[in-house]
Parts: sequence; structure tokens; C-alpha cells
Amino acid sequence: MLRLDCLRSVYSELENCLVVTIMGAVAAELHSLGHRPSFFYLQHAMGLASSTGLGLALCLPEQEVIVFDGDGSLLMNLGSLSTMARYRPRNLVHVVFDNESLLSVGGFPTATSTGTDLEGIARAAGVPRAVTVRSVENFKLSVSEAVHGNELTTIIAKVEATGPSGYITDVSLLENRFQFRRHIQSLRKS
Amino acid sequence: MVSALPETWLVHLIRFADEDPEMTLVRLAKEEEGVGISAGAHFAGVKSAMLMQNHGFMASINGIVSFAHLYKIPLLMLISYRGTFGERDPWQTQGGNVTEPLLRALAIPYFFLDGVERVTKRIRQAQTLAESSLQPVAVLLTRDLMWEE
Repeated sequence: MLRLDCLRSVYSELENCLVVTIMGAVAAELHSLGHRPSFFYLQHAMGLASSTGLGLALCLPEQEVIVFDGDGSLLMNLGSLSTMARYRPRNLVHVVFDNESLLSVGGFPTATSTGTDLEGIARAAGVPRAVTVRSVENFKLSVSEAVHGNELTTIIAKVEATGPSGYITDVSLLENRFQFRRHIQSLRKS
Repeated sequence: MVSALPETWLVHLIRFADEDPEMTLVRLAKEEEGVGISAGAHFAGVKSAMLMQNHGFMASINGIVSFAHLYKIPLLMLISYRGTFGERDPWQTQGGNVTEPLLRALAIPYFFLDGVERVTKRIRQAQTLAESSLQPVAVLLTRDLMWEE
């Protein structure tokens, strides 16, 4: 399963969501499908995409928030699962693309390659719904269920360790950040 | 929105935040999460603060540099300043030595609160500067303010 195919399969579903991604391939691939002002790419600070999504979801309970995390990033901030589970916002969907490696720095294998089970960790942390998917069809279905459902969900998507040739996009970091905030403010006014 | 990790000096402040109907308290596993929580709150148009010990500030530095500084995110950091004059706990003392040098190295504006008289005004000023400059600002909560021997 390719991450890009997963992202493509839910791209239209993301229309009404606020989206926070991690750096590297996830950001570049989502951007390649077409940037929207509702997408925020956290191009550093590994581990904090889920915390950012949690802050957004708690402050905007009527707004659906989806985080595209990765195994390497989540392993740097496993405590985030326990904090998300503690507050379990119903409007937060936590997707983890697990390619068992730190791809953008050359493919260093992460602990999920030697058996660490992120779905199990999420469940044991108290996340009310945690699933692992291995096909694009199941990925699309799981994301759709989670977005329309009423429960904090962590979706572990097992994907191949391949990505784009480069990671630079034409949206500068600050432009992205100001546009994202302005977009949210416009939603709040309307 | 207030994110926090407890420590002895902060117990009462965290309880106030928990009991205040105008505040949402987020109890963290590690302080660096608070940078992400505050960024999310900022994007949502909600004011926030981080309550933590100076060792928690140290544990947050990558988040401060590679999120708050990189993306110009306002952070109001209320930091209990352990390990300075009067400190009896040996384990706090190294952190006391390096807190201000680290704040200066990171070019984070900071000041001390050592009496109750101007607490409200000073914290409001810190919040104003964080919001106008879009950067982290630190308020060091000192022994004289926080602790009676």
C-alpha cells in the first residue's frame, strides 16, 4: 500500500476537515494532490503534529480535525497518545502512516520494524478506537467512518517505505501558518 | 487553554486552572506537548498558557525552536524557577544554573515575578508581548512568590 494512494483516496473527504501533517513525505504528497488553506504542514518539531491536532480539536469541538502522523514522529512523542486518550475529543482522527522507517533521513528502521505495535500502544493508552489497515480500500473506509463517527480514532496505516524525490513545496512555512489560521477564523465567523 | 505538568510549586495554580470555568486545563505527559497544544489553540483563535517547571522548559526546547520560533507561534510560558538561591533539593540545582542562560541563548524575553503585587499586570503584559511579537515569552515564578519555608 502506498501512502500517496491512501491520501488520494480520502482527499475529497478532507474537504471539511482541518488537516495537520508531519514533515517529509506526508506533507509533500498531500501538497502534491492540491494544497488547501485547511492544510497545515508541520515541517519540523517531530512528534508535535498530534499535540497540535489535540489543541485544535479541544478548542473547536464542532470542527473535524485530522492528523496525518508517522511511526517515527509518534515514537518520539508516545505520551501524546495518553494525553489524546485522556481528553478523547470526538472530533479528532489520528492517522499514523507506518512505513517502519525514518524515510526522509535515508530509511533508518524504526521500532515498528522489530515488532512495536502502535495500534496496541494506542489502545492500551486508552484511545477508544484503534485499527490497523493494510489496503487502500480499508484505509478509505476507516477514515470515512472515523470522520463521520463520534469517537477519537487512531488508524495505523501500514505503507511502503517509498516517497517523493524531494520534500520542498511551494508553500512557505509562514505563509502556510498564517493562511491556516486565517482560514479557521473565517470558518468561525461564517 | 492552559497546558500543565504538575510540580510542587505549581499544584495550587493547576488546581485554580482546573476549577476556573473560563479555562480548559490539559494535563500533559511531557511539557513539549504543550507547544503543540498552544499552537493548535493559537490557530483556533484561543489564548493559552503553559504551566511548567524550568526542567519542563528544558524538555520543550526542540518544540520551542522548531515549532514556535520557526512558525512564529506565541507562547506564554509560566515557569517555576527551581534550583536557585534557597533551594534545598539537590536535584533541582543544575537546572537553576542554566535556565536564564538558555532563555538568553534562545532570545526569549523573560522577567521574574517575586511578589504578588504586580502578578496580574505582569502576566497580562507577557501575554500581550507574546501575541504582538508572535514568539515565546517566559515569566519566571520565583521562590519568593511561590513558596513559604
